[in-house]
Amino acid sequence: MKILVPVKRVVDYNVKVRVKADQTGVDIANVKMSMNPFDEIAVEEALKLREAGVATEVIAVSIGVTQCQETLRTALAMGADRAILVETLAEVQPLAVAKLLKAICDKEAPQLVLLGKQAIDDDSNQTGQMLAALLNWPQGTFASKVTVSGAEVEVIREIDGGLETISIKLPAIITTDLRLNTPRYATLPNIMKAKKKPLDTITPEALGVDIAPRLTTLKVVEPPKRKGGVIVADVAALVDKLRNEAKVI
Amino acid sequence: MPILVIADHDGTHVKPGFTSTIAAAQKIGGDIHVLVAGSGCAAATAAAAATAGVAKVLVADAPHYAGGLPENLAPLIVGMAKNYSHVLAQATASGKNVLPRVAALLDVAQISDIVSVESADTFVRPIYAGNAFATVKSSDAIKVITVRSTGFDGVAATGGNALVENIPAGADAGVSRVLGQDLTKSDRPELAAAKRIVSGGRGLGDGDKYRAVLEPLADKLNAALGASRAAVDAGFVPNDYQVGQTGKIVAPELYIAVGISGAIQHLAGMKDSKVIVAINKDAEAPIFQVADYGLVGDLFTIVPELTKSL
Ligand SMILES: Cc1cc2nc3c(=O)[nH]c(=O)nc-3n(C[C@H](O)[C@H](O)[C@H](O)COP(=O)(O)OP(=O)(O)OC[C@H]3O[C@@H](n4cnc5c(N)ncnc54)[C@H](O)[C@@H]3O)c2cc1C
Ligand SMILES: Nc1ncnc2c1ncn2[C@@H]1O[C@H](COP(=O)(O)O)[C@@H](O)[C@H]1O
Repeated sequence: MKILVPVKRVVDYNVKVRVKADQTGVDIANVKMSMNPFDEIAVEEALKLREAGVATEVIAVSIGVTQCQETLRTALAMGADRAILVETLAEVQPLAVAKLLKAICDKEAPQLVLLGKQAIDDDSNQTGQMLAALLNWPQGTFASKVTVSGAEVEVIREIDGGLETISIKLPAIITTDLRLNTPRYATLPNIMKAKKKPLDTITPEALGVDIAPRLTTLKVVEPPKRKGGVIVADVAALVDKLRNEAKVI
Repeated sequence: MPILVIADHDGTHVKPGFTSTIAAAQKIGGDIHVLVAGSGCAAATAAAAATAGVAKVLVADAPHYAGGLPENLAPLIVGMAKNYSHVLAQATASGKNVLPRVAALLDVAQISDIVSVESADTFVRPIYAGNAFATVKSSDAIKVITVRSTGFDGVAATGGNALVENIPAGADAGVSRVLGQDLTKSDRPELAAAKRIVSGGRGLGDGDKYRAVLEPLADKLNAALGASRAAVDAGFVPNDYQVGQTGKIVAPELYIAVGISGAIQHLAGMKDSKVIVAINKDAEAPIFQVADYGLVGDLFTIVPELTKSL
């Protein structure tokens, strides 16, 4: 079976972003960009399934600007077989991403789509669930273990109270949580090899998908700052502060 | 038009943040109806009906709603949604699982984790791990929203007297099953609702030390226990302890961070706490930048001493 892995190009998780002075967004000029960490986990899981003989082909997809090619090349260097870029300069919100992915699923007929649970820029945590709805497929979100057996997938999910095990029928959507695996690094020889792997480019128009945003961002502001605190000398001083100043104990 | 709130419940109780979700609905304005879908959920229904501000509770009770499978729940909610201006759920694991599915079926956007209601179509939500707050306006006919509990002071959990009405269940989609749950058992307050939290990171060293050092302190304070991702990844504690951008968002009166460096992703989950205490041997650790009270030193001597002096 084929596995599709959508990978998003996002501001690297180590970067603390700054809000632009004109409040139109955050400043991402000259900021390090990387593959969304949850998507690295998704790529890794897809590769493992291929290595285990469950999957035959892993296709990485990214939606966005030309530079998303770099993200796709990273996926290819990790081991994905080929890549598709849906190129657009426009803002693409989760519903539109899901519609574009649906159009690609209609063409490629994967049995499994592995997404990250959340993009660490918009923090939406929506796309996988939306794609599942549009395809009318079952979903295994926040996965910390994935076992494919025959026509079903068993997914252990991270939920609020602990873990939950579900069984869903293929074809299916899975979104990754942090404990699913530890993604491999792309080695230099594999980075070289990745340059020769196929990367196709297509547009939302060619896929016939309306990507018009449904939400308008009116402004983006900094979060309220916490007042600076103090370093206390010892436990006695801490207890005194908590009791008499903060009055929380 | 009224507002539909999807209750997150375990059959017996509604989740603690339920009252905050109702508070968010009140800010939007309009009659508030609550959907309780599940299998054997009479007690949860009663809890929802007793919540201040709820006008009506709609109950869909059927075996295939047990476990809140989104493949079964989403079509049920979609069928009801045309009678509502807004569909709200708490931003819990189950709310996040089902609401985007509902939104896509309705062909509308979903707005995640709102912390403020500006008007019936405009909301504020954190992005980039809470390093920015975006004000977004929706152009969709039905607004589908998850609510971050820490953003809203809850309404009273009692005193309400809502009408309870049974509604017919939809079909079982038959594509998914819950095989089992492995829930963390604890007598401590629930992390997401606790007034005090003691949270431990990689600095604790291992699970045994985590428990030996932090449990006595948490006992004294009647606090919930939390953790950083590093502590969860290393297996000190179960996944549901994780506080942060991609774990639980908490805002207790007191948050004590022990052996936690204060990565952006961790701060995202706790920096709205009223009082933050940091205990760390590295005076340069970023956690001290958000702490009201910092204590620099070895946690293995400081924490037992603190426990003793309380
Ligand atoms: C996609 C993504 C999502 C993430 N989501 C989250 C999240 O939701 N929540 C989260 O917490 N993290 C998250 N992280 C991880 C985050 O980036 C950090 O790696 C993590 O928070 C670090 O955990 P820590 O502070 O316990 O460990 P460290 O950063 O290793 O810090 C350990 C601290 O303990 C101190 N220490 C050690 N020994 C002692 C001692 N004896 N006495 C006193 N102090 C001591 C050290 O000085 C140090 O500051 C995420 C990362 C990514 C990439
Ligand atoms: N522009 C994009 N290109 C490729 N994949 C995406 C894009 N946006 C979202 N995704 C996928 O959807 C997941 C969840 O994103 P979100 O719903 O935005 O939090 C990500 O981890 C990716 O797997």
